Amino acid sequence: MDTRKPIISIRDVTKRFAGTVTAVDQVAMEIREGEFFALLGPSGCGKTTLLRMIAGFEIPTEGEILIDGQDMSHVPPNRRPINMVFQSYAVFPHMNVFDNVAYGLKVTGVPKEQIRGRVEEALDLVKLGGFGTRKPDQLSGGQRQRVALARALVKRPKVLLLDEPLSALDAKLREAMQLELVRLQHAVGITFIIVTHDQNEALSMANRIAVMEAGKVRQVAAPAQLYEYPNCRFVADFIGKMNLFEGQMTGVAGERVVIEVTGLGQVLLAAGDEQVTTGGQVGIAVRPEKVRIERAQPGTDRVALRGRVSEVAYYGDVSYVFITDDSGRSISVNMQNEARSTAQRVKIGDELWCSWDPEDTLLLAR
Amino acid sequence: MAAIGIPSRNGAAPRRWRRSEPIGPLDYGRRLWLRLSVGAVLLFLYVPIITLMAFSFNDSRRNIVWNGFTLKYYEKALNNDSLLLAFGNSLTIALISTIFSVLLGALAAVVLWRFHFPGKPSYEGAMALPIVIPEICMGVAMLVFFARIGWPANMPWPLNLSAIIIAHISFSFPFVAMVVRARLVNFNRELEEAAKDLGASEWQTFRDVLIPFMRPGLVAGGLLAFTLSLDDFVITFFTSGPDTVTFPVKVYSMVRFSVTPEVNAASAVLIVVTIALTVAAMWLQNRAGKRNS
Amino acid sequence: MEHWRRSPLVFWATSLPPTFWLVAFFLAPLAIVWVLSFGEKQGLIAIAITWTFDNYGRALNALYLEIFAKSMWMAAVTTFICLVVAFPVAFAITFAPERWKPVLLLLVILPFWTNLLIRTYALIAVLRTRGYVNFTLEWFWDQGNWLLTLLGLGEAQLLGERFEPLTLLYNNFAVVFGLVYVGLPFMVLPLYASLDRMDRSYIEASLDLGASQFRTLFTIVIPLAKAGIISGVIITFIPAMGSFLTPDLLGGTDSQMIANVIERQFKSANDWPFGSALSFILMYATFFALALRAMLSKSGSAMEAG
Repeated sequence: MDTRKPIISIRDVTKRFAGTVTAVDQVAMEIREGEFFALLGPSGCGKTTLLRMIAGFEIPTEGEILIDGQDMSHVPPNRRPINMVFQSYAVFPHMNVFDNVAYGLKVTGVPKEQIRGRVEEALDLVKLGGFGTRKPDQLSGGQRQRVALARALVKRPKVLLLDEPLSALDAKLREAMQLELVRLQHAVGITFIIVTHDQNEALSMANRIAVMEAGKVRQVAAPAQLYEYPNCRFVADFIGKMNLFEGQMTGVAGERVVIEVTGLGQVLLAAGDEQVTTGGQVGIAVRPEKVRIERAQPGTDRVALRGRVSEVAYYGDVSYVFITDDSGRSISVNMQNEARSTAQRVKIGDELWCSWDPEDTLLLAR
Repeated sequence: MAAIGIPSRNGAAPRRWRRSEPIGPLDYGRRLWLRLSVGAVLLFLYVPIITLMAFSFNDSRRNIVWNGFTLKYYEKALNNDSLLLAFGNSLTIALISTIFSVLLGALAAVVLWRFHFPGKPSYEGAMALPIVIPEICMGVAMLVFFARIGWPANMPWPLNLSAIIIAHISFSFPFVAMVVRARLVNFNRELEEAAKDLGASEWQTFRDVLIPFMRPGLVAGGLLAFTLSLDDFVITFFTSGPDTVTFPVKVYSMVRFSVTPEVNAASAVLIVVTIALTVAAMWLQNRAGKRNS
Repeated sequence: MEHWRRSPLVFWATSLPPTFWLVAFFLAPLAIVWVLSFGEKQGLIAIAITWTFDNYGRALNALYLEIFAKSMWMAAVTTFICLVVAFPVAFAITFAPERWKPVLLLLVILPFWTNLLIRTYALIAVLRTRGYVNFTLEWFWDQGNWLLTLLGLGEAQLLGERFEPLTLLYNNFAVVFGLVYVGLPFMVLPLYASLDRMDRSYIEASLDLGASQFRTLFTIVIPLAKAGIISGVIITFIPAMGSFLTPDLLGGTDSQMIANVIERQFKSANDWPFGSALSFILMYATFFALALRAMLSKSGSAMEAG
């Protein structure tokens, strides 16, 4: 159990625009000190609005936002101990790098003698030491982002907010920046909150992730927990890939529930926290990497399905094999190309068995 | 919606009732003092014009206290022959100068848009001169020009308006060129190329592809030229004579010598006409912009 | 864009008419005025071109220099007032809801489309001794007196024996008032265009870093709107400096501006060479202002790309 204190408490916050559009709907959660926290969701889910409310650029219609124990819902952004790196970086074009980074210190009355030292320290932290006299139009996109980071971090805020920090970068730079941000967070030791629509970013960088949909928070958990134990279809589908089957609960066998799925027969699963009633419709799912393909029929301890290979999508390090059964249902299987010959072992038209351990099945009641 | 008196969760402060969304830090459009400034400025701009128009219906020569509604000053204005003649002159001048301005302006816009030639920046500068130059300098130049080359006087109507018309064309067509050029910037050259590919000649392409595209710009430019001509005072003042008086020049002499509600009536008419034309121009340009982009 | 030699026929066909007109009916007249400015009057009508600089010399003597200076000063005051008044308006329109923006812009521009003469004339009714402003002030004076009488202080005549109307017409105040009235729409548009193009994230970043709204306005918003401010200043200043109608209708004998002097040379004073010289000096001043603007916006143009 994490005993770190919550640095941000969001209490039943709702935000409505123009009286009709509800961007954020009764969101309640706590973000702990020192965490790397991610708000993840598709566009329009309210994550950016929530971030802006934490920063102070929007005021909640209902509910409160507490920062380090104090209600700051109505405190203007220039008086919150929080700083933000904007999606467009917003590096002031009419000032050079040094003045940009020094700006936040200057306007809050930090003595001049201290400013120079702190600015240089911040620039070194983001590996832009010596760039002080350059102007923003002489910098690349990635460099400007680091200026924005330095500018925010030099103020030593309690929380750093980042709005889609990697969306404007190309693939290679994005990978490098993911590691860089995590390194920075450890070096500085403060709480980072990022907003992203890219699940890979969230999974690789964050300690905990809040998955949002249509203004509501669906699940808040660590990446592994979200991936292996999603609490609803939306989360299971949004994070990673899955094969979904519709079934019906037909009974209980000891500590497990029995789900009847056409084509799969009976599946026995641990119910976990899910509320299912006998006779109710449930979804069960399995992730492609948990499925094994083989020519011989697997044992009865596994959930199995027989079908024909309909498509193979080759990605170099992995292949996605699509197997279609007699009823027309397709299941995708992730096949690691461990040896050069692996990919050639499976061809379109092959008749194969897919199977997985029932322990790896996801039970999705909603 | 918000509720009053419902106990809140987690020991947080109770919800407060708000009539509307709270004003965020960047919600400048909703701040009271900004709204007041806009209101004050609009008031400042419109009160003189509106009172001028309102008092044209005032049954009083003194023009300050409201004395009853009347249309008699409109009647007087309509029966004032010299005023009517001046208005007729203004309309004629505006019509003829608009036609030529649109022609010349369109040609100039096409040249600047399509061709690259030596000395182009200077040419563009020269084209911009009539727009930039102080009106009085242009008026003086026109007066001196017509006097020195001995422009014939005492020609029959409408030829006696020719000096004014020429002056108006000179200062309007660069405006038209500017408007049409802005429109041409959005032209997709592939349309022209497609026409030629199908066998059209240079002239046919110009007529069937380019001109229809330019049309909203031509109309907007034309309305602009018309309004500029109708409203012009300074340049006309220098090029007109006692027998070629235009509406603004006539109103000027009326204002100079007496302040009667007749002037208000005449002015009100001119305001309404100008505004109607402007709104029409903007509406047309807006509609074309939506359709074509 | 193609080179003219690729279709010479089209090029000449389209470029000749406007070029001819520009040269014959604009550049040639200007050239004649220029030549005339070096001339001398020889009697009532005849003018001899003696290539003398006397006219320019006369233009630079104290009397006319003072009028030039006054014209520039009044134009500068007008421009400053317009800038201060137009900025909040442009700012408010930029941040207004999308539906309202075109309406508000139209409302601000519409007065520009009404005849300058009529607008200036309308101000006479406002500023006269028996005009709306004084009328309203007198009403307030009456109400004040009534209140004082009610309080028993009627006899003391604290507000004066009778209402003294303010002299708001036929003086410099009226001219500046009129120039501001006419120039305001010219200033709002470029300011709005510049502010509208600005990325709002800059304002948010400034607030986020701890600056107050006031500080943000002066250190971030105004520098970033520099191009619009310069444009607005120039297109307000130049017409104000060369204004004829406003000082003519609203000004007194000591509120003459350069355009009025020029007009007199061609009408009553009948000194065309001198008037030509004055015209050209005004044009040179205009070009100087434009060159200044080009220089200033070039140095700041890199900022817009941020």
